[in-house]
Amino acid sequence: MNSGTAPRRIGISLPVSVRLEQRLSVPRWLSPALTVGSIAVALFISAIILAVVGGDPVRAYLHIFEASFGSIGVLSDTLVKATPLILTGLACALAFRMRLWNIGAEGQFLLGAWGASAVVLFPVLPAGSPAIVVIPAMMLAGFLCGALWGLVPGVLRARFGVNEIITTLMLNYIALFWNQYWVFGPWSERGFQLTAQFPKEAWLPRLTDLAEAVPLFSGLTVHLGLVFGLVAAAVVWFILARSRWGYEIRLIGDSPRAARYAGVDIGRSIILIFFISGGLAGLAGMSEVSGVVHRLQDRISPGYGFTAIIIAYLANFDPLRVVIAAVLFGALILAGREIQPSGVPAMIQGTILFGLIASEVLLRYRVRVERRGPAR
Amino acid sequence: MTAAGQTGAQTGAQTTTPADPPADRAVDLRGIVKRFPGIVANDRVDFDLRPGEVHALLGENGAGKSTLMNILAGLYRPDEGELRVHGRPVAFGSPRDAIAAGLGMVHQHFTLVPSQTVTENILLGLNRPRFRLRLGQFEAEIAELATRFGLRVDPQAKIWQLSVGEQQRVEILKMLYRGVDVLIMDEPTAVLAPQEVEELFRTLRAMTAAGRSVVFISHKLTEVLAIADRITVMRRGRVTAGGVRAADTNRTDLARLMVGREVLETLERTPYRPGALVLAVRDVEADNDKGRPALRGVSLDVHAGEILGIAGVAGNGQSELAQVITGLRACRGSVRVNGEEIANCPPGTAISRGVAHVPEDRTGVGSAPNLSIADNLIMKRYRRSPVAHGWTIDRKAGRRIANALRDEYRIDAPSIDTRARLLSGGNLQRLILAREIDTEPRLMIAVQPTRGLDVGAIEAVHRIFLDRRGAGTATLLISEDLDEILALADRVAVIYEGQIQGVFDVAAASVHELGLLMTGGATGTLAGGAA
Repeated sequence: MNSGTAPRRIGISLPVSVRLEQRLSVPRWLSPALTVGSIAVALFISAIILAVVGGDPVRAYLHIFEASFGSIGVLSDTLVKATPLILTGLACALAFRMRLWNIGAEGQFLLGAWGASAVVLFPVLPAGSPAIVVIPAMMLAGFLCGALWGLVPGVLRARFGVNEIITTLMLNYIALFWNQYWVFGPWSERGFQLTAQFPKEAWLPRLTDLAEAVPLFSGLTVHLGLVFGLVAAAVVWFILARSRWGYEIRLIGDSPRAARYAGVDIGRSIILIFFISGGLAGLAGMSEVSGVVHRLQDRISPGYGFTAIIIAYLANFDPLRVVIAAVLFGALILAGREIQPSGVPAMIQGTILFGLIASEVLLRYRVRVERRGPAR
Repeated sequence: MTAAGQTGAQTGAQTTTPADPPADRAVDLRGIVKRFPGIVANDRVDFDLRPGEVHALLGENGAGKSTLMNILAGLYRPDEGELRVHGRPVAFGSPRDAIAAGLGMVHQHFTLVPSQTVTENILLGLNRPRFRLRLGQFEAEIAELATRFGLRVDPQAKIWQLSVGEQQRVEILKMLYRGVDVLIMDEPTAVLAPQEVEELFRTLRAMTAAGRSVVFISHKLTEVLAIADRITVMRRGRVTAGGVRAADTNRTDLARLMVGREVLETLERTPYRPGALVLAVRDVEADNDKGRPALRGVSLDVHAGEILGIAGVAGNGQSELAQVITGLRACRGSVRVNGEEIANCPPGTAISRGVAHVPEDRTGVGSAPNLSIADNLIMKRYRRSPVAHGWTIDRKAGRRIANALRDEYRIDAPSIDTRARLLSGGNLQRLILAREIDTEPRLMIAVQPTRGLDVGAIEAVHRIFLDRRGAGTATLLISEDLDEILALADRVAVIYEGQIQGVFDVAAASVHELGLLMTGGATGTLAGGAA
């Protein structure tokens, strides 16, 4: 009982000594509180940086809020931005639960976008197929292409123990160049770096499409992809919390040796996780080309697959909290763009990630400040 | 060493006036209090040590023995109380300070660099040699020191080549070389074979004869009575008997002082009536994690209603044997359970054939530390009804079973939602046993089932084993504690360097003979001498 509680000392020479002591129990409220707390600290640090470079942080933050939640129109735009983040965030959260560091959601997203586009552009289906056929075919293709892209590192990891961080990261670049080849080459629209616009049958329905019936929806670009995201979050939650496989995932995530001892087939789980994780990211790519851009183009993702990593962390790998975190980041990306095209929002994102990672120490340790004893 | 005397002001009223003047004592601890989150590990503890004596510190796990000695060795600082060394008040900021004051501790887990030689390890952290590593002179010094105290070890051998017993000698040498005159040994015999224990005791006596003193931490009554001049017993952070002369006490009294109630040291057992053959291991060979042979042609039989003990010094293939039978390690040869070949099948096969496994590594293998007690209790049942419900898990059924097991096996925890890592050693082992035994196994593989447990918990675990034996389970009991095997097993097999040296009826076996076989047979060449 006294092992592991030995205090770790931090080397600061002050009249008091700061010690970290291992927590014996973690209260339920602590994890969400630390999340909120570290976001607050991150925003504060970002505010200082903004002030130092001559900006007005208060106005900037107010502006961000205004521009993302200020009206139903911008709220809709926020949700459009959040949609791919929910799906890629789920992809990362699911893999991270098992301590599989899938850094390749970006590449899987791109391949999903490519697969969905291929259905329209090759074309796989006869011309004039109705949306009810085209959309499911695109979803399937998007999911499968992303899943196959995830399967490569999954199999390498499960069968040969190849580090998945390296493989998933590298595969991102291959996916990027693969897409570039198609949009610059075979699918290029008159030499531009984009394909022809998809026919209407390949568009995901949007709220604004219902404007004739409900005038309020006019101009709202939220599309069916958001529903994919919400359904996927519910499914992933159910798998993790209620299924036998979810139990195995939690077991492997906590202790692979204990899982093996309990008779769990770890290799199979690794491959399956990568398949589903890649598939979710692929579905995000499909939803983006079919719901927003309506064509494949270079730079279709402003780094959704990487932001997803932060989102998964922010949500503490909890599928339902992924949705909330994704909406927040959707807002940040949307409104941040109004302040500055790239610098400030990326800086805030990065600061939040650092805050979160730093706060993890507090989840496991308690800080004790003590007056130094007479002898030293 | 630093700031000696500054703590003098803290000293409270000293109530006890001992017979001998304090200045004559090597060590004097007064009113030591040390608190950890949620627990008082040492509650106003007094302890003293005279030059030239072995003073045993006896107590169950968690009684606060190691905490007290970690304070003395400079690892922890006491919250209250006073330390005196040879009459001078001291306050240690680190083990370095303690060593400088002549106090050195040999921990249960050694702190040696495996790829370096004995001499290099002993010199590590010292300022010598200053620049050029000319080790010859130091090797000679160390060899001389080793001979003086009967510590047989080759100064040029690399640590990884040494047996555990030899590594312990290196740890002792490390302290002697630093000139300590008080040696604190934390559970030193836990890893040793009987003959090695004798050799250690000879060394300790040589030290006390030279005027040095030893604190001997243990929970084993036999050893304490064999080596100690005086004994201090601790229970739950307090001293229940302070500095009793070993000659004035006995096992029964010590056990009661340690546990707080009467302890039955021998359990009743039903007559030995072995049933059908359950486990048949034939010519099994396997490699260890480093790819070197760990099992070389092991053959064993275990019958229903029988406990077969495997005796041996740690690292002679015991862990690998358990892993081979439970499917956790690949092997060559045959492993049959109830006639069915299961060698090299995945671990799930053994589980579904009714093989329970109480693993050696409870926190790394036997449990998932960050999952709840409930999740840990269903580890071997989540595939089957009632916990499994199609491809989902029936959480209510799981919780019902977990609650029932917690009550039946007295797992002491606030709730079944508590994380397993917060359980004490004894409670965690009860959790693992509850999970493994409640499935009515046909075969149970138990590795070091009571290591680190206190007397009360050991008694409970032993009772469970004998109950299972009565119910017809075949048990393979792998233990480094020969007393445990002799108390529980019907037959005992001795393993040495991956080979079974012989199988004996426990009733006919002699400790001396078993001890010899455990160390490779030939008398006088313990652990192969200089490697």
